[in-house]
Amino acid sequence: MSEPVLEIHDLRKSFGALKATDGVSLELRPGQIHALIGPNGAGKSTLIHQIAGSLKADSGTIRFLGRDIGGLDMAARARLGLARSFQISSLAQEFSALRNVMLAVQARQGSSFRFFRQVTDDKTLTEPAMAMLERVGLATRAHVPAAELSHGERRQLEIAIALALSPRAFLFDEPMAGMGPEGSKRLTSFLDELRHQAPMLLVEHDMDAVFALADRVSVLVYGRIIASGTVDEIRSDPDVRRAYLGETA
Amino acid sequence: MSRETTVNLLLALLLLGAPLVAAGMGEPFYVTLATRVVVLALAAVGLNLALGLGGLLSFGHAAFFGLGGYVAGILATHAFNAEPLFADIPGTTSMPLIWMTAVAVAGLVALPIGAISLRTSGVYFIMITLAFAQMIYYFAISWPAYGGEDGLSLSMRNAFPGVNTAKPLPYFLICYAALMGALLLFRIIEGSRFGSALQAARQNGTRLAAVGIAPFSIRLVAFAASAMITGFAGALYADLNRFVGPSMLSWHMSGELIVLIILGGKGRLFGPVAGAMIFVFFEYVLGGITERWQFFLGLILLGIVLFARGGLLGLLCGKPRHV
Amino acid sequence: MFTTLLIEQLLNGLQLGVMLFLMAAGLTLIFGVMGLINLAHGSLYMIGAFACATVAAATGSFWIGLIASLAAAAGVGAIIEVAVIRRLYDRDHLDQVLATFALILILSEGARWLFGSFPLYLDIPPQLQGAVALPGGGQYQLYRLAIIGVGVVVAAGLYLLISRTRLGMRIRAGESDREMIGALGVDIGTLYTVVFALGAALAGLAGALVGALQSVQVGMGEPVLILAFVVIVIGGIGSIKGALVGAVIVGVVDTMGRFLLPSLLALTMPASQATTIGAALASMLIYVVMALILAFRPSGLFSAHS
Repeated sequence: MSEPVLEIHDLRKSFGALKATDGVSLELRPGQIHALIGPNGAGKSTLIHQIAGSLKADSGTIRFLGRDIGGLDMAARARLGLARSFQISSLAQEFSALRNVMLAVQARQGSSFRFFRQVTDDKTLTEPAMAMLERVGLATRAHVPAAELSHGERRQLEIAIALALSPRAFLFDEPMAGMGPEGSKRLTSFLDELRHQAPMLLVEHDMDAVFALADRVSVLVYGRIIASGTVDEIRSDPDVRRAYLGETA
Repeated sequence: MSRETTVNLLLALLLLGAPLVAAGMGEPFYVTLATRVVVLALAAVGLNLALGLGGLLSFGHAAFFGLGGYVAGILATHAFNAEPLFADIPGTTSMPLIWMTAVAVAGLVALPIGAISLRTSGVYFIMITLAFAQMIYYFAISWPAYGGEDGLSLSMRNAFPGVNTAKPLPYFLICYAALMGALLLFRIIEGSRFGSALQAARQNGTRLAAVGIAPFSIRLVAFAASAMITGFAGALYADLNRFVGPSMLSWHMSGELIVLIILGGKGRLFGPVAGAMIFVFFEYVLGGITERWQFFLGLILLGIVLFARGGLLGLLCGKPRHV
Repeated sequence: MFTTLLIEQLLNGLQLGVMLFLMAAGLTLIFGVMGLINLAHGSLYMIGAFACATVAAATGSFWIGLIASLAAAAGVGAIIEVAVIRRLYDRDHLDQVLATFALILILSEGARWLFGSFPLYLDIPPQLQGAVALPGGGQYQLYRLAIIGVGVVVAAGLYLLISRTRLGMRIRAGESDREMIGALGVDIGTLYTVVFALGAALAGLAGALVGALQSVQVGMGEPVLILAFVVIVIGGIGSIKGALVGAVIVGVVDTMGRFLLPSLLALTMPASQATTIGAALASMLIYVVMALILAFRPSGLFSAHS
């Protein structure tokens, strides 16, 4: 099998006495959707933050594309091709949907220190950005400020921004959160195709989506991975059923 | 044409027309007053780049304003006394040379101050920029070579090729052209890739970092560019008053520059212009009625902050619009 | 001889530090509990000094003046909290900076209106006049020692207030979680007014104490305010302990810098030059210290909000 794109080894992070991440190791391989599930407070978002670089791990290594990225900040990790979405939408609120995506296109082109050419006339920004909005079905709302978009539209916009980065891996933190059943279904089939573009580490509470999408599932409880395997292995794992699925099913 | 563009155009014409009329009527005092508006507006345009676009609440921009002023004062003094500055570099009375030096000095000082201050945010940033400006202020006071507490007087206004700068109207026109140039630059930067990143850094720094643009470097460049414009204004201010003193560096000055922006409208192209017009108007009208005009300025400012956010342009044109 | 001078300067530094602590404690408390940056804190210092000088002149007693300074600063503090400040808690820092900047204009110009532009003078109370002998010869002003004593007492009092009393418990709750304090059934409005008035009283106390060492005039609060900002930036915003440590660092570094730098420079250059260059460098010293500390700890030594 091919080399893992993202490889996490023995990651640890404490807040005071609380061990939010307690020796987590996992891998993400090309073409894979690796789902991370677990009860609230298990440390899923904390883990995503450490991988994306918005939190610094206490110890352990994070390798991305064969390179140790533990010392890099969030922007540098994003430039290497690690695209994330946020659990709670995080957008430039006053900018239109289009300009939010244009910002990602501009970042991808590595050209933010240009002071003269006007972005609104710059087809190398507007066209790719519009294409991304079309892909996620948000083209008709391109000129609406992010603050005025609906909850679901903001989630779509987050994904369009991640796509515009042409990343080497996606980190999605609960992309379905707060979406209706119809929206979740559409997003599920969308993510399903996305795996061919880049592998995805997916934190998600929607079990239907997880079981439909994931190639591998890791179960995080109290900062530890208690089980990792295929969907079928996880479904039948007695520990998981006791610790987690038992509570929700 | 949007309503804001119309208002901006009217303000620009008013600011140009009033002193022309005043000069025609033989009232040079009003020309000088208008020049004061223009130079303060230019200083605030600089701050507006950091504060309005970048959300960087610098409480230390007087440092750059004063540095620009001292560059003008020091170069002119050396030229007048025919003493070299260092080794064999002479002083100068050429405005273009002085401006370039002022801009460069302001930018060079802003880089380390910004690099340290921008490691922090929020209230720390406010206090640290204030503290650094205060450091320069105290240095200017305790360094006797250039007047210390008394400041420096320029024996005559510096020279601009082909213009009689000693007359109020030509000098006004120089300053007016500088202001219009700075406004144009501001508008261009605002719409550029850099401007997009800077505004995104204000709205949501985490989002900017998540797409791979480090907010720190964007903010640092904006802070330095902002200081350079304010430093330029400082050099013009020194020539306007033919005096430069520590008061240009004082924290009241920093506060006033922020006040100008808020009176006019934060983050808007002509906010600083409208703000400077109101401020100088109050200063002149209230100052003519009572010695205690600052008391009433305080009350007005308090009223605006509490009840009329958005400033004059907010009142006239509604909320700012982003494409 | 040199050691005596050194001890004297150290004590001066400590006295400056104590005064800065009184200012910084109020600022940091107000920021920690209410999230407000208050530029007008220096005006409360000025109000304390004016109240003390005026009442002491009228009654002939420094002590009545001192009580008046506490009452005036706390009273004005409570009034501006109710009238202005409480509208600012939910605003961004820009609005807070502007509104409190406006308050400075109003209070400074108002004081000039009431008291005129000439400075007032305040005498050191007779009980505290004179000097005490320092170990190793030399003398030190008793009044300055008393100020240091006041600082120690206030620091201990604040510590007890915050760790042992109901009010302190509420303050701590307010610092960590504003929602929770509402859930505890505490009237937040009153709590905020009390905290603001307490901070104001400390500033007023500092102003009154210092008023006897220098002249009492409009604008006297501003340099102190900025030093107090440096103090809380160094100490960590929101931390009383940080304010104490930061105040002592700033007080001692500033005083010792002014004392030692010219003499140190005199070893390498002519004395007259050393004096001016030394003075200029000394005036920048605390800011350099601040920059160095921030380079390593961007949120101060004892950050309460890290």
